[in-house]
Formats: sequence, C-alpha cells, structure tokens
Amino acid sequence: MIEKTVVELASALSTGSVSSVELTRAFIDRITTIDTQLNAYITVDEQEALKQAKEADEARARGAHSPFLGVPIAHKDLFCTQGTKTTCGSKMLQNFVSPYDATVVARLKDSGAVTLGKTNCDEFAMGSSNENSFFGPAYNPWGKNRVPGGSSGGSASAVAADLCAIATGTDTGGSIRQPASFCGVTGLKPTYGRVSRWGMVAYASSLDVGGPLAKTAHDAAVMLNAIAGHDPKDSTSVAVSTEDYTQSLDAPLTNLRIGLPRQYFSQDLDPRVAAIIQETARNLENLGATLVDIDLEKSTLSLPAYYVIAPAEASTNLSRYDGVRYGYRCEDPLDLEDMYTRSRTEGFGNEVKRRIMIGTYALSAGYYDAYYKKAQRIRRLIKQDFSKAFENVDAILSPTSPFTAFELGAKKDPVSMYLEDIYTLGVNLAGIPGISIPAGFINGLPIGAQLVASDFREGLLLNIAHQYQQNSDWHKQKPSMPMGV
Amino acid sequence: MTWETVIGLEVHVQLSTKSKLFSGSDITFGAEPNTQANIFDLALPGTLPVFNESVLKMAVKFGLAIDAQINKKSVFDRKNYFYPDLPKGYQVSQLDYPTVGPGSLEIKLENGLEKTININRAHIEEDAGKSLHEDYQGMSGIDLNRAGTPLLEIVSEPDLRSAEEAVSYLKKLHTVIRYLDISDAIMAEGSMRCDANISVRKTGETELGTRTEIKNINSFRFVERAINHEARRQIELIEDGSSIAQETRLYDSELDETRPMRSKEIANDYRYFPEPDLLPVIIDDAYIDAVRDELPELPEEKKQRFISQLKLSEYDASVLVANREIADFFEKVAIATKDSKAAANWVSQDMMGLLNKNNCSILETTISVERLSKLILRIKDGTISGKIAKSVFDLMVSDSSNVDAIIKEKGLEQVSDTNVIDRLVDEVIAANPSQVEQYRAGKEQVIGFLVGQCMQRSKGKANPSQVNSLLKEKLS
Repeated sequence: MIEKTVVELASALSTGSVSSVELTRAFIDRITTIDTQLNAYITVDEQEALKQAKEADEARARGAHSPFLGVPIAHKDLFCTQGTKTTCGSKMLQNFVSPYDATVVARLKDSGAVTLGKTNCDEFAMGSSNENSFFGPAYNPWGKNRVPGGSSGGSASAVAADLCAIATGTDTGGSIRQPASFCGVTGLKPTYGRVSRWGMVAYASSLDVGGPLAKTAHDAAVMLNAIAGHDPKDSTSVAVSTEDYTQSLDAPLTNLRIGLPRQYFSQDLDPRVAAIIQETARNLENLGATLVDIDLEKSTLSLPAYYVIAPAEASTNLSRYDGVRYGYRCEDPLDLEDMYTRSRTEGFGNEVKRRIMIGTYALSAGYYDAYYKKAQRIRRLIKQDFSKAFENVDAILSPTSPFTAFELGAKKDPVSMYLEDIYTLGVNLAGIPGISIPAGFINGLPIGAQLVASDFREGLLLNIAHQYQQNSDWHKQKPSMPMGV
Repeated sequence: MTWETVIGLEVHVQLSTKSKLFSGSDITFGAEPNTQANIFDLALPGTLPVFNESVLKMAVKFGLAIDAQINKKSVFDRKNYFYPDLPKGYQVSQLDYPTVGPGSLEIKLENGLEKTININRAHIEEDAGKSLHEDYQGMSGIDLNRAGTPLLEIVSEPDLRSAEEAVSYLKKLHTVIRYLDISDAIMAEGSMRCDANISVRKTGETELGTRTEIKNINSFRFVERAINHEARRQIELIEDGSSIAQETRLYDSELDETRPMRSKEIANDYRYFPEPDLLPVIIDDAYIDAVRDELPELPEEKKQRFISQLKLSEYDASVLVANREIADFFEKVAIATKDSKAAANWVSQDMMGLLNKNNCSILETTISVERLSKLILRIKDGTISGKIAKSVFDLMVSDSSNVDAIIKEKGLEQVSDTNVIDRLVDEVIAANPSQVEQYRAGKEQVIGFLVGQCMQRSKGKANPSQVNSLLKEKLS
C-alpha cells in the first residue's frame, strides 16, 4: 500500500480498504527500517502522526471528505509546524519549536493530511546535494553513497523510497526540481507568489516558492490544489485565482508547441543526458506536440545573477538568527559583540556563512551598483528572454540537471556545486513555473526532464507531465530498498 | 567675526494607528513589556510583513498638508544593522521612493516675518524596540512593544538658521500633525522625536560647514539648548584652529552638553536594498483626491476664517489656532455665547494661563466649553461683572459644580437694586468730600475714583454702569 500514489491512497481510504491509522503505521514502520540508510527525515513525530490519523479516520466516519483525508505526507523542515521542531537543517534552529503553522502546512492539514514528520534539507535551503545539513546528509535510494540532490533532498528521497505518499519542498534555484531529477520523482516549482511563503523559512524572499515532490504529476496537481492561492499573510502571494489543476490533466497535447533551447543542448552537455531529453521530446511529439528550436540567449547569465541576488537577500534574511530571542546562543558570551559573533559562527554551517558573506559584500556601499543592481538588470533580461520565447511556444523542455546523482563529497569546490543548477536558476529569476519529471536512467540512476511555462500555467505543465506519464513508466520505477551493504 | 548656524531637522513622528506597521499587534503607550509583540514582531522564522494601509493614508495626509509632492509609487527598503532591540536585524524604511516628496512649511520669526522651511521628504518606517539597561545587573532587558510601530520621518532641508527658528519649525510641525490627528506628537513620551544636523559657517559664506548629527533630544526646550550648545562648541573649535569631525553626538540634558556616540552605536554601512517581502505601494489620483477630501481645516485656513468670520484680530487668531483643541474649544464658546471677542479673550488669557500653570491640555481642566460659556453669558446678562467673573473663574477651577450655583453660593451676583446703589453712592459722596469738590470744580476724571470706591465698598458686586450714572446724576 505504501508504494501507492496519493490519488490511489485517497481512493483506498474512501472505500475503507485501509484506514489512515493502518497506513500511517505502515509508513512509520517503513521509516523505522529504511530511514537509517537514507536519513531522509530530521524529525518523525509518531505520536502526533497517529493522533492525526485517528482523527482523520473519525472524521471520515462522520462523513468528511477531502483530497488528503488520512493521507500521510512529510514536510521539508523549512516549513514551520506548530508544536514540532522546525530546524531548517541548521544547528541554529536545532531546538526551535514553532508556535504556528506555515500556510502550506495549515492548508494541507485542512485538507486532511497526516504529517509523518519533517524531512532533511540543506541548511536554510542552501545547497544542491543535501550535504549541508547539520543533521547529516540525506541519501539517494537509487545508489549507495549517492546524494539525493538539494536542497529538498530529504523530501525527494522519502517520496522515492515510499517513506511518505508525497512531500512538500521549496525551490529557490532548483531545490525541488533537481532532487526530483536525482531521485526519480515528480517535482513542481509553482509560479512565484502562487503558494504562500508565510511560515516557509526564508532563504531568498524574491525567489523562494513552495511546491510538491510527488510520485506522479497527478499527485502534484492534487497537492497544488490544496496549497495554491492568495494568502493575506504573504504580501507577495498573488491574487490571481487558482484553478482545479486536476481538470486539465487529460487534455490532449495537440496544438501545443514545445521549445528546445539551443543554448541548453550545447556540446558541454553529457551526450547521454542530451539523448534522454531528445527522446522525451520525441515522445511528446508523438503525443501531438510540435517541437520548435528556440533561443534563450541570456541563459548563461542566470548563474552569476542568481549568486548575487540570492545571497544578498539571504544575508539579511538570516540576520534575525542573532542568539537574542530564540535559536542557538553561544556559551558564556563576554558581551553583545561576542554573543553575535560566536552564536552565528558556531550556529551556521560553512555554506550558509559563505552566502551571508557574498551577500553582505554585494550589498555593501560602493559595490551595490556593480553587483546587486546589475544582477537585478540581468534578472529583467532573463525574464524578457523567457517572455519572448513564450510568444512562440507554450512550454520549454530541457534537462533538469546536467548530471545524475553524484557521490557524496564529489563536489568539493562550491562553484562546481553551483553549476548543478544552471538549468533551473533562470526559472526562479523569471518567477515562472517549472516541473521535473522522470525521463530515463543512466547507469541505474534517474534523470529528469524539466518543462517550463509562462506565469500561472502550472495547469499546462501538469497536463504535459501527466500525458507523458500516461505513456511512459520511468516514474513507476522503484529503487530496491533496503540498499545492499 | 560673526557666525551663522545652519540646521536641518529629522523629526520622527509615531503615527497613531491602532496596530503596528507590518503586524496586527496593538499599540498602546505604557503596556507591560513584551505584551504587544506577536510572532512577526519577534521576527520568528517564516513570518512576513503585511503593510498597514492606514499608515499610507496618514503619510499622504501629512504630505498634502505641507503641499508636498505625493509619490504614486513608494518602495520599502531594508536598512540592515544588528542590535538586540531590532529583532529582524533590519529596519524597514523607504530610501529612494518615499511616500512624501518635497514640500514646505511657513514659520513665523520673532520679528514677525514669515519664513519658508523646505521639507525634503517624509518617509514611512518602523520603530525599533527598547533596550533597558537599568535593573538587570550587567544584563540588558529588551522590550519589543514599540518594535514595528509606524513612524513618519520628516526631513527638512538645512533651512533653519537658529535654535529659535528650529523650535518654531518644530512647533509648527507639531500643530499641523495634531490638526491632522495622525500622532499624539508628545516629545516627552517619544511619540515625536528630533535629531538635529548642525553646522556653522562664517556669515556670508555659501558653502556648508561640516555637520554633526545630534540625537536623543526629547523636548522643545532641549532642542533649543542642544543646538545652542553644539553651535558654540563648533565655533570654539574652529576659532581654536581645529576642525569639526562629521559624527553623531548625543545630547545629555542633565549636563547640557553633547558628546560623541560610541562607534559601536553607529552602523556605518546599512546595506539598504528593496524589501523583497513587500510589493511597491502604488496609488493613483483618485486615492490622493479622496484623502484630500478628508483633510481637516488646517491652522492657516482656520486663522483666516477666525479673522474674517469671527472678526478676531490677527494676533488673537494666531494664538488660538496654534493648538487644534484650543481652537475648537474657542470656537464652541464663541458660538454658545455669540460673542467671539469675549470668547477669544477668555480662552487666550484665562484658559491658556490655566493650561500653562497646570501644564495640561484644554480637555483636561474642570472648565468645559459649557461652563466657560455660561460664565460669559452671566457677564452679558448682567448677573455678574467682568471683574467678579475673574473670581468666579478661579473658583470654577477647583469647584466643578454649576456656575450659577457658585455665583449664588458665594453671593457674587451683581447688585442692580436701585435702593442699594443709591445708598452706596450717598455713602461714598459723604466719605469723600474733597474728591467731590474737585469733580464739581470740573475735574471730571475724579469720577473714576469715586466709582472705584463704590465698587470696593460693594466688594465688586455693584453694577458699575448704574453706579456711574447715579454718581453723575447726584453730583451734577
């Protein structure tokens, strides 16, 4: 039962062939035996999960219905959950218990979901391998000693290994899509502002967006239905009305034009990856879509622009972790200065400190125009680049990541790690939606295809992904667990 | 050699909204520490700001009142620095796109002339909390009740040339803000705060000298003293051949001196950048027009109306409109008594004297509009004389009972009984034969003395005009 999709579980729960308590128990048992190998979870709250499952079963007995009623899910540990720890993968918040629920968490609760626990991630979502977690790396179920990607590595790993039915993630530069690619699951990054950021701990406010990591596009649509929509608590959440994202899943792909950016298929791209994405393109063509070669001329500028804007915002977003009101405080500070310096030096990991320093530098007097302002100009150019492309095509297809999951410790130099996200960063800078779907395997490791569309066309992306999944079985492949010793 | 002092003021006004700038927390002065701080005010992870739009309206109101450019797009920025009473590690303010652009205020100088003081901008920002250094033995307490309360920072151009001008500008600003009812603007409570940028130069020079910024000035009197002290300090330094360091200084009202702030108290690079958690605020002409329609009558308009409609003198009108509550009080008394001149005299002299003595607002005394109006009406209907009315007023301050009851209880009614006055006049004529002689010899001004004697004998209660005419009659 635990291998089933949310849609299947919801149906099984509604027909009474399984109870939420049984299902929750099964997932907890699975976590207990498997997660020692994956470290996908930072916190599992068995008591709370079983309590919520019992309540879901009771509600159903009273006649309640909702898409997630009794379905066990997991949240990236960047979403605040009332009463359980929210660590953000950091020593800084090792013992932080939020007094409130994030809007995403609250909406899924309202939809009946049972929360199994909180998944591992790179510290404050900064990383592409989940190696930057204070709680140790999460592992990829597809290969021994392989990273699950990041920063939502724990969520991707947990979904791939059936440690939950579906999980939330956050995506600032690819943090949902790249781990989805590495772990062979479906990951949707909605349009910026489509999902409330209230209670989703900020990394880079103008880029961050929450979304699902799921077993299928259909499941992702079900979760988006639950979490999307305007939230008065988040001023940047948009008032554009939502739709039922499951409604358009079955639309045929005829009359759709899908663009393949020449710049993304340069000679530098691993030919095995290129071959898989071209195969995906042909499959979509067979389903009725028209393929078009397009240009995204500014795409090479995404990486430098991102690594100015994101650290700049992060450097001030993380100023609140000062040891004064909550979170880590150093032992026996000599004075205020010492308390600040040591609390932050000891409480943050290296990558977080690196980005705080980069961001602080980029915003400094005398450098602001050369870095931050210029990066914002580039950001507008990238947005225009995409807008121009979307005059001609409905969606853009590319690899999600240039690589499959690498081994832990393989990327020691930060810049080579940053290159992980070259296909995903531009999408965040433009604010548009993107999805990664399983598209094949290289040496037994999954690789994802990324589809991107213009603002608020999540419905179209889910439609294409669903049609693809109706005609392929990459997303149905399961890693064998537990992994061999 | 003569010196000129050049002053620009940055005035922070705490806007009197019900809740904070970006969180729903209540704002009440004097609440228990940290009882008015919610999860956003505490900067808990994941919390986000939501702009309180009533603040925008107040800022636009102020802008319209000083004839300023109202910017249709305003943008919030983060001003980054670490301090324990700044929970987020940044203050949200407006740098490049303030809501209110250039405007001006007219102030009155001591020589009676008017002077225009240009205002560079007024921007919206959030206040910090308070650090409490006493009472915690080597530690500091943090009170976040004030954190996130909305401020309007009003930045003048360096157009002020003396401490007196600075105080006059501040008082005018205070009047406008109170008229708009956008802030209590009480310096002692910190709801109006003032930083002064001060430099000096030789008279006739056009270049500005190096300025210092004086912080922490919390009364009109201290503004005057701090500026005078700082200008003197700078002049002495220059005359001694030294130069002025551009720095931030604190005014110490107990020692009446300024001293440099510790370098740790000043962050030198605030790393401003647009606040990504908030969208730019966009308004249109319709919004501005709607706010304009809600503007109350402003001091200058009110003054002109008092002069033309209520026939007040320029001086009386100026005095009365300086404070909105006093102006309103006066106007109500004028209407109730149908005697604006009497109302103006009583309010500007007796009432304002009382307010100065008790250091309170016109709404806090025992003399209500109704009681003062009654008193004036009793003069007009002849029940008491104007002179007796002064004593009744004094009694009314401590005795809140009915005005007529006070007059009656103390036996202060004017005596108009012809028999009584007749007897009184006879007595005075008999007791003052030499003055009577002088009067009859043609020294008419002696009549005043004789009237005075009658009034004295009657303890002020005799009707003076009756006394006057009866005396004249009997002596003719």
